[in-house]
Amino acid sequence: MHAEQIEVAGFLKQYPPFDSLPDEVVDDIACQAEISYYRSGHDIYQFGDEIHDLCVIRSGAVEIYRRNGDLYNRLSEGDLFGQLGLLMNNKIRLPARALEDSLIYFIPEALFTELCDRFDAFAYFVEMDDNRLRQAISSKQESNDLMASKVTRLISRDPVCLDASATIRHAAQYMTAEGVSSILIMQAAGSNREDDEPEQSVVGILTDRDLRSRVVAPGLDLDTPVTEVMTAEPVTLDEDAYAFEAMLTMLRFNLHHLPILENGCPVGVLATSDIVRYESQSSLYLVSNIMRQTSVEELAQLQPQISACFVRMVNEDANSHMIGSAMSVIGRCFKQRLLELAEEQLGAPPIRYCFLALGSMARDEQLLMTDQDNALILDNSFDAEKHGAYFEALAKFVSDGLNTCGYVYCSGNIMATNPEWRKTRQEWEAIFADWVENPDPEALLNCSIFFDLDGVFGKTKWADQLNTFIVRKAKRSPRFLASLARNALSRTPPLGFFKGFVMEKDGQHRNSINLKRRGTAPLSDLIRVHAMAVGSRAQNSFERLDDVVKAGILPAGRENDLRDAMEFIAMVRIRHQALDVETDRDVDNSVEPENLTDFERRNLKEAFQVLSNSQRFLKFRYPYTRK
Amino acid sequence: MTDSIAVNWPELFQEQALTTQDERLRAFYEHGTVAGNTPLSDVPFVSLDFETTGLDAGSDEIISIGLVPFDLNRIRLREARHWLLKPRSAMKDESIVIHGITHTELNDAPDLNRVLGQVLEAIAGRIVVVHYRYIEREFLNAALKKRINEGISFPVVDTMQLEAMLYRQGVANTLKRLIGKKQESIRLGDSRSRYNLPHYGQHHALTDAISTAELLQAQIRHRYSEITPLSHIWV
Repeated sequence: MHAEQIEVAGFLKQYPPFDSLPDEVVDDIACQAEISYYRSGHDIYQFGDEIHDLCVIRSGAVEIYRRNGDLYNRLSEGDLFGQLGLLMNNKIRLPARALEDSLIYFIPEALFTELCDRFDAFAYFVEMDDNRLRQAISSKQESNDLMASKVTRLISRDPVCLDASATIRHAAQYMTAEGVSSILIMQAAGSNREDDEPEQSVVGILTDRDLRSRVVAPGLDLDTPVTEVMTAEPVTLDEDAYAFEAMLTMLRFNLHHLPILENGCPVGVLATSDIVRYESQSSLYLVSNIMRQTSVEELAQLQPQISACFVRMVNEDANSHMIGSAMSVIGRCFKQRLLELAEEQLGAPPIRYCFLALGSMARDEQLLMTDQDNALILDNSFDAEKHGAYFEALAKFVSDGLNTCGYVYCSGNIMATNPEWRKTRQEWEAIFADWVENPDPEALLNCSIFFDLDGVFGKTKWADQLNTFIVRKAKRSPRFLASLARNALSRTPPLGFFKGFVMEKDGQHRNSINLKRRGTAPLSDLIRVHAMAVGSRAQNSFERLDDVVKAGILPAGRENDLRDAMEFIAMVRIRHQALDVETDRDVDNSVEPENLTDFERRNLKEAFQVLSNSQRFLKFRYPYTRK
Repeated sequence: MTDSIAVNWPELFQEQALTTQDERLRAFYEHGTVAGNTPLSDVPFVSLDFETTGLDAGSDEIISIGLVPFDLNRIRLREARHWLLKPRSAMKDESIVIHGITHTELNDAPDLNRVLGQVLEAIAGRIVVVHYRYIEREFLNAALKKRINEGISFPVVDTMQLEAMLYRQGVANTLKRLIGKKQESIRLGDSRSRYNLPHYGQHHALTDAISTAELLQAQIRHRYSEITPLSHIWV
């Protein structure tokens, strides 16, 4: 029989998850607890220590660290720690140190396990607590801001804009009056404008530096139109972008000013100084490094850095969107640099072209170990006899180069090296029109790749235009959407697998789940159908979901299910890949159930259930009628 | 009074084990005690607290005992014990105000003699830790003499004494006292708050025993070290 522990039990009952447990259970916990006192500044657990207790802070404050010594979280009275270690083979992954003199209650592992088994609310709390921590920390921590905050948070004032009809003098006066170092030049969109484009668009940017080097130095007349000295068609970024994407973009293009747009309208201009305030992440310099390499061999040597960058982002708790974007930017940079090198070797291109990224890179969802999917848009003046050899050589150079750098050849031969995927602008429009109008199974096979396209080099605007063409065409073709929907149902989530796994507890289950083929890919297929139906021009699955949710076509209350499911499956996949890298194994997308924690297994099952339900909804929404 | 660091406790225990008549008490002595040169990190402690009917060990009696075994790293609540005891003389009403134990509760409680074996077994081989040594050791000694005609003696660590050494000694404190400045309180609750220990309700024997154990861990963490010999702090 235990002696009653009034103080300990009374304390625990005030805090979650204990406040939801029956009194007699908390009384029992209190009787089995152990207590220890730690002086401020002293370690409670070091990395790799064994842990066999759940820790509750009774008084004082405790700091949790990452392995690299960065602060992960700060906890105080009533907070728990150590649950992660208990759930992960009794090893401390995040060391704990007393920030103040602290009294800690320790709840023994056996009891912890029993509580997890008996009380769902308890299990949920201790397992979810890690997520809660992460959310708490990303809003708290300076060094994480760059990773977690949207670019709009860095904007300090409204953009200063001027009409394109203004003179240089006018611009300089206005800039002085407003006290800005850059000004955006706006022009009313022409008569042939797309109907979903804003009435005014950014046609250029003028900076202090331009006034110096393009106006004063050459002694230009101040009544010259501003359009003659501005930088036309400046690189811009969407307001949805993360701060680190802005930094990547500025590094990549060596920009000091970056206009941020919301639906094509400027909402601000980001200056280098806005970025400098933030701690730079060494991984971001990988991009500028890529652009400095002078040969394929040198580029290939950067390959380990990609994996390192990926692992670092995972360890820094970046979400799947950030990681996918960063990996895509890096992949794009490889393509861009290879194209620059190709042009150096082959000479200037005889006609204009646009090099396309397809699939995951276009969606900003690239991870490690992705094959290359690419294509070329050629100017309509393309003449196979005159220009064919050049673009064949160009495509071969890039494709071989990518393969050398770790982006292996596409097994489906969807590459610019395949003459079928080197088409003029007209030909592309024609083939997309054909796919939409005659959605036979073969045409649809490639849809999940070709319907995510992004210009990475050359006349990238052509890619945007082609996208607009496709989106409009698809939106008006219910039969195509129905076929696409049908196609999106072809890959089913592995729910039966979980049923089997639950029954077989002996761990002899040798099967594995391919999280890409059975999880993220069908999810992005499904999201694409909805996005096309509402005419979204977004490429990224999360951004597409934003548009789909805004359009209100999903069943009420279920809007976030898809997002959560996508994020969860993607993160399990990402963490699995990071673990592969860290343990020197070949990176793949297949996860064995024995390598999943109970938490992951349970939530994966739930995420796959969301996918399954959503597929059923898709089937209902687009009934397939065979002609 | 055996209140001296000059006592050779292990030797004294051996002698007592040979001459003691009561077998429960003899078992206690036979367990021996920890040598004075043992580093604090290796010392098995047990924190002990009594609630009594008054402050005079000669006439007042123990009505509740709380104890909890611990060491420098962990206080083990699983092994904590708590007894209510029926006093042989009537309990004074004013003491009820202090510890909140009522006559009715004690009516069904056993006499100390019936649980003595368990109490001694729980503290045997361990160093007893108390806050204010003149209660537990004196009361237990007196209660045993009354029941088995033999007294008891053992070394204790007194957390109040350890606080007093810090706050009631030295030139600065003497000066404070001379100029009539308020001195630091060395009562359990006040001492605990100096170490950032939480507020616990007092005058419950088991809670006070745990409080005392936590206080000793804090005192050692702040002012001694793991290798400090036990003889530095026992009395």
